[in-house]
Amino acid sequence: MSEIFGIPTQALFGQLLIGLINGSFYALLSLGLAVIFGLLNIINFAHGAQYMMGAFCAWFLLKKLGLSYWWALVLGPIIVGATGVVIERFMLSKLYKLDHLYGFLLTFGLALVIQGLFRHEFGSTGLPYAIPKSLEGGQNLGFMFLPNYRAWVIAASLTVCLGTWFMIEKTKLGSYLRAATENRELVQAFGINVPRMITLTYGFGVALGAFAGVMAAPIYSVSPLMGGDLIIVVFAVVVIGGMGSIMGSIVTGFVLGILEGLTKVFYPEASNIVIFVVMAIVLMIKPAGLFGTQR
Amino acid sequence: MTPGSEATAAAAAIAGEARPSARVDEGRSLRIAFAVMVAFFLLAPLAIYPIFLMKVMCFGLFACAFNLLLGYGGLLSFGHAMFLGIAGYVAAYLAKEGVALEALHIGAVTLPVGISLPPFTPELAILSGSLAAGVLGVLVGLIAIRRQGIYFAMITLALAQMVYFFCIQAPFTGGEDGIQAVPRGKLFGLIDLSNITAMYATVFVIFVSGFLLIYRIIHSPFGQVLKAIRENEPRAISLGYDADRYKLLAFVLSATLAGLAGATSAIVFQLAALNAVHWTMSGEVVLMTLVGGLGTVFGPVVGAFAVLGMENYLAQLGAWVTIVQGAIFVICVLTFRRGIVGELSRWLRKPL
Repeated sequence: MSEIFGIPTQALFGQLLIGLINGSFYALLSLGLAVIFGLLNIINFAHGAQYMMGAFCAWFLLKKLGLSYWWALVLGPIIVGATGVVIERFMLSKLYKLDHLYGFLLTFGLALVIQGLFRHEFGSTGLPYAIPKSLEGGQNLGFMFLPNYRAWVIAASLTVCLGTWFMIEKTKLGSYLRAATENRELVQAFGINVPRMITLTYGFGVALGAFAGVMAAPIYSVSPLMGGDLIIVVFAVVVIGGMGSIMGSIVTGFVLGILEGLTKVFYPEASNIVIFVVMAIVLMIKPAGLFGTQR
Repeated sequence: MTPGSEATAAAAAIAGEARPSARVDEGRSLRIAFAVMVAFFLLAPLAIYPIFLMKVMCFGLFACAFNLLLGYGGLLSFGHAMFLGIAGYVAAYLAKEGVALEALHIGAVTLPVGISLPPFTPELAILSGSLAAGVLGVLVGLIAIRRQGIYFAMITLALAQMVYFFCIQAPFTGGEDGIQAVPRGKLFGLIDLSNITAMYATVFVIFVSGFLLIYRIIHSPFGQVLKAIRENEPRAISLGYDADRYKLLAFVLSATLAGLAGATSAIVFQLAALNAVHWTMSGEVVLMTLVGGLGTVFGPVVGAFAVLGMENYLAQLGAWVTIVQGAIFVICVLTFRRGIVGELSRWLRKPL
């Protein structure tokens, strides 16, 4: 068996793969947060809970309606996104005139309610969700074994992230969105329905979180607590990247996932704090974040 | 506008309406309210379970310390549990084990230290715990005050999570079990705190002193500058105030006082455990302050009483506690932003 720095390559690449998987979720979730923050100026604390709802959606669709993983991948984000639209319409929209911290507190409360309700209903133990038939098995790459499903998660996450980036940066719809981020009143004066755009943006951000949740269902067990701690790591990722750029949050997500995986190989005790340490260092050197602009 | 400023702006408007004798009046209504609070905590043990009241006082002090930062400094710390928790651990460990440090290992270097102290008396344990929280406050504060608003909240939350993971792994915290069966010990080596009356009196003195200290801080020139920074930081800076230094000092004071609350409660409940460091605890103190009234002097205490009472009442319902807490959060943010004391103060047209 070959070794790099005294670590068997098998273990190294194994942890790198796990890092890349985690990075896929960090990227999707921080992207959702960044999209929402861009237009609403609200940090969506409920994002972790909505990610969990996505996973439960997949489980529910399979168990009760017999709909496959592929259906869940489409329906999950739509259903959870729709609940996001309702939340924005009836709650968040009342808070735009106030300090942004109130939005944070409101979504924190919602996260507690959602998590509590699911825990009350399903308990704290995880529910299993099988990998879809067509993605079972894996490839032997010579230096490591790559399960098909994991490869799919990385590819799908990259595709969705880059697709979102393309939509926001390169299309007409995206240019409206960016314009409204800069100056809401002016865009409204041009006859664009900004409140509706805000509602749909929130729904879309939430849907991204739910999409991550559906993809996570076969990897992690489906549990009410799966999003609670994850979201705090994603916050750190967001602070490191800075909220300024869409591409920034995607890159930071993947890079930090890989960094976390590497730490697990070389210094396992620090693996669950490494992202926070990086955050502290970045704040000391560049308070606005790696890709951010202070505003 | 920061959350606290809305509430205090309202309070200021009220004070303004009652202008002619406002200055005299302000002091009087606060004094009456203070007397009511002291009388309540002195007489309540006759009717309410004293252990619960001690919990209210500990968490009331914790919430007051938090409110010092949010209500008057405009800084929402979403990681205040780390100060409560770390102080609890330090106090509990010192009261139970004392210090036995043979040598210090820093990397490959080993420094012979050879300090050995018997278990600490409760007052020293509590002081050491608060001090530890203060030191942590300096470290966290230096990093966190580099960003404002929502970022500040996320950074403190993330750093608190780091402290949480540290506490799970560190050898002295007892991991999932925490530090149990902490002796209450003898205050100054004389008064036995296993006597409930003595314990209650001690907590009462700590609570009232902490409360008065916070009141003093808020109404000092330092507190005024803090409020100015909250309202308009660039303007305060242009007036020559070093905003970062004021914010850091406020952060450290708040952390130390939160530590005082945490260390005291570790001695009272003879336990230091992981739940005190978890982010749900940080959320809870935000809830207490919000329910009681942001930026009011007495709000956090009332909020602590209300939230703890609710939890006590719902304790046997398990997951429902979280659901109800979340729902109260949502309702408070949407329709009840002034909180109980804020509304009361508006209704009485007096600052409280």
